[in-house]
Parts: sequence; C-alpha cells; structure tokens
Amino acid sequence: MNPSEFFHMGGYAVYVWSSYGLSLVVLGWILISPIFTRKSIIKELKIKYRQQQRQAQDKNE
Amino acid sequence: MKLPAIVHKFSSPKNFYVMSGKMIPWFMWGFVLSLLVGLYYGLFVAPTDYQQGESYRIMYVHVPAAWMSMFIYMIMAVSAAVGLIWRIKTADLMASVSAPIGAAFTFLALVTGSLWGKPMWGTYWVWDARLTSELILLFLYLGFIALQAAIEEPRNAARAGAILLIVGVVNIPIIHYSVEWWSTLHQGATVAKFDKPSMHISMLIPLLVMATSFKLYYAASVLMRARSEILRREQNTRWVKEIIDNES
Amino acid sequence: MTARQKRMMFVAMLVAGIGVFITLIMMALNENINHFFSPTEILQGKAPENHSFRIGGLVVTGSVKRDTDSLKIEFDLTDGAKNYPVLYVGILPDLFREGQGIVATGEIKNNVFIAEEVLAKHDENYMPPEVADALKKSGKWNEDNTEAMKHPENVPVGEGYPLPEKTNLPGEPK
Repeated sequence: MNPSEFFHMGGYAVYVWSSYGLSLVVLGWILISPIFTRKSIIKELKIKYRQQQRQAQDKNE
Repeated sequence: MKLPAIVHKFSSPKNFYVMSGKMIPWFMWGFVLSLLVGLYYGLFVAPTDYQQGESYRIMYVHVPAAWMSMFIYMIMAVSAAVGLIWRIKTADLMASVSAPIGAAFTFLALVTGSLWGKPMWGTYWVWDARLTSELILLFLYLGFIALQAAIEEPRNAARAGAILLIVGVVNIPIIHYSVEWWSTLHQGATVAKFDKPSMHISMLIPLLVMATSFKLYYAASVLMRARSEILRREQNTRWVKEIIDNES
Repeated sequence: MTARQKRMMFVAMLVAGIGVFITLIMMALNENINHFFSPTEILQGKAPENHSFRIGGLVVTGSVKRDTDSLKIEFDLTDGAKNYPVLYVGILPDLFREGQGIVATGEIKNNVFIAEEVLAKHDENYMPPEVADALKKSGKWNEDNTEAMKHPENVPVGEGYPLPEKTNLPGEPK
C-alpha cells in the first residue's frame, strides 16, 4: 500500500480519518484535563495554606 | 458482611494517593505501547473487509469506545454501591471521577458509529434499539455529572448519584442484547459470542489490542483524576499539606 | 441557591431525566412496532394506503436498472416468495448491491414503491475478500465454520470458512 492509497482509505477517507481525528481529540482531552485540574488545585491549596499560616502568625503577635 | 481489612487499608485516601501515583506511569506506558501496536495492525496490517472495504477500520476506535462506555458505567455503579454500603470514601470518589471519562467514551462511540453508519447504512442516525439505548447511556452519564455538580455536600451527592447509577444499570444489558431483542439496523454481536467470534483472526487481534489500550488509558486517567480530587477533599489533613508544601 | 431550591432542582432533573428516558424507549419501540412490510404483505393489501411506511427485502439479482444521466434507480425487492418494484431517486448507501438486505421508507403510487430513503443492513461478519470468495466457491458460505475462522492457515482454500447465516432484516423475527 503506498501512502496516497493509505490516506485515501478506499474512498472512505472523510469518515475514517474524521473518526480517528475525533478520537485523538477526545482521548487528548481525557488526559490533559486532569493535569490542569491538578495544577490548579495545588495552586489553590498553596494560597490557602499560606493565608492560614499568616493568620496563625498574626494571632501569635 | 465485612470487607477484608486490606481493602480498608488500601482505600484510605492517603494510601490510595501514594499507591496510585506509583501505578500511573505503568498504565501510561502500557497504553502508549498497545496503542502503537493496535494502530499499526489496525490501519496497515489488517486486510480490507469483503463487504465494507476500508470503512470498517472505524471499528478499531468505535468498538473499543463502545465497550469502554459500558465497562466504565459498571465500574461506577459497583463503586457507588460499595461506597453506599460500606461508606468507603474512595469508592464514591472513583464513581464521581470516572463519569466524565465514561461520558467522553460514550460520545465517541456514538459519533464514530454515526460516521460509519453514513457510508454503510446510508444514514447518520436511526432510532433503533442499539443506538437509542447507547444515547440513553450518554444521558445517564450527563445526569450523574449534573447531579454531582448540583449537590455540594460530597456525602449527599454520592448517595443521590449512587441511586441514579444503580437504577441505570438496567440499561447495560439492554444495550448489549438490543440487537437480539429488537430488530435493529445495527448488526448483531461479532466478538461477544465468546465461543465463536465472527471475525477473521487478522482483524480481531488489532481490535483486542485497541480494547486493551483503551482500558489502560482509562486506568491511568481515572487515577490521575482521583488523586487531584483526593487533594481537594482531604485538604484539611496534615499529609495533604505536606505534599502541597513539597510541590514546587 | 437555598437548600430547598437545590432539592427542587434535584427532583425536577430526576423527573425530566426519567421523562426523556421513557420517551426514547417509546420511540425505539414504536420504530419496532412500525416494522417493515414484506412484498407478500403488500400484495395482500396489508400495507397502509396514502401513508408512508417501510418495505424490507433482498434486492433481486439482475433487477437493478440505473438511469444513465440521473440518480434514478429501479429494482425489485424479494422476500423469497414475492417481488415488488421499487423506485428511488438519490444516493444509495455503499452497501446497496444485488442480494443485499435493505429497508426503504416511502409509499406506493401506481403499484410501484416510491422510496424516500433506502438503508442497507450488513451482517456481523468481518473477513478479507479472498476468504469470502473461497467460502462462496466452496459452497460453504452458509455453514458455521468457527474453527476455520480461528485457524485460517489450517484450512485449504475451498475447504470452507465460516459464515453468514442469512442476514436478518430489521423487523424480521430471528
């Protein structure tokens, strides 16, 4: 099978490649979204802990 | 009935967090490897189909996605039931973090199926029992996600979600047997007739490899989500604070 | 949002969800009840008149006449006992071919079924064309040769391979 035949998919290129393309997008989203969630949670908690620390210090003074 | 002590030990949020962190890279590598093998065999090596030509290659994403849509639902229903009965927080959490992944796979199965149906059957959509019950599965996922978002208190959210999931289990055998119970435009089962799959071995192997790949992918991504959610829910504990402090 | 509003939303969502659920099931069942008519039933006058319905059957080999300069196509459908002529203007599914099971929606005018939509149904078997040819040549097309499917290398060409029992049409009892 040569490359152009391969991409042509026997005339079903539109259907086959849009299916694979969409799968790539959906699988990509499944993977990338938790990475961002984790980052934002860590950031959020860092701020929260820092505030708690500051409040504790204020009380001590 | 009591669960063995080891279940409770593993399911404590801290242990779960630590152990799942070690498992994710293995699942990820397994996924990448099996995906490459599956795509290579599915797109290059598997022969053309006698009936459907090259268009049948959509199967290598459509069928694993459809299997995952049901598999993840069952995992969610079982974890929700375990969470409900034994009050295991990690089980509730597994159900809630699996939902977006399950919904994504269901969506993928519906859209790729429709892209396959157009050239073969002559229509993107038909209200036959298989397609309709799979669409209902998508609504079950979306309903569960909406329910979790609407109820703030995690325990109440988990309880309501568990009831929805358990009632919705009825839909799973309906999806599977729809092609036998009703006359559907969708063809009958090919692989799930365990004794005799009606598929040539050269086409079946890439399908099974792709299915394994999708399962590993789910395992890796669900654990990633679960870990973030544990940090959020356990944010007032000392061990979470230590982890966050050590993160750069 | 107050706690009560939240509870109300929960109930509303549950009701709406169950509503959609039941509606969809009814639609699916309705489709099933509204199953297709075979050529024999139509010739017996069982099909609705002046009303759109579905016809199902196998495309009769040798009956397909395509118009050279339009998308018009004429063919006969058979249920094994009787045939009925169908006329369709439009793009056919790629699986449309002689001997294939199809379902068409439309109505009868002057003893011809005028189709608005033609759908093809395929079976659940997947195999390379050479295998299908070998099967047909050997006359074993209809037999269940599971072993052959699993170990194609052990089977001499022409000795048989699996395959299709008769393709079931939508609406047809199995």
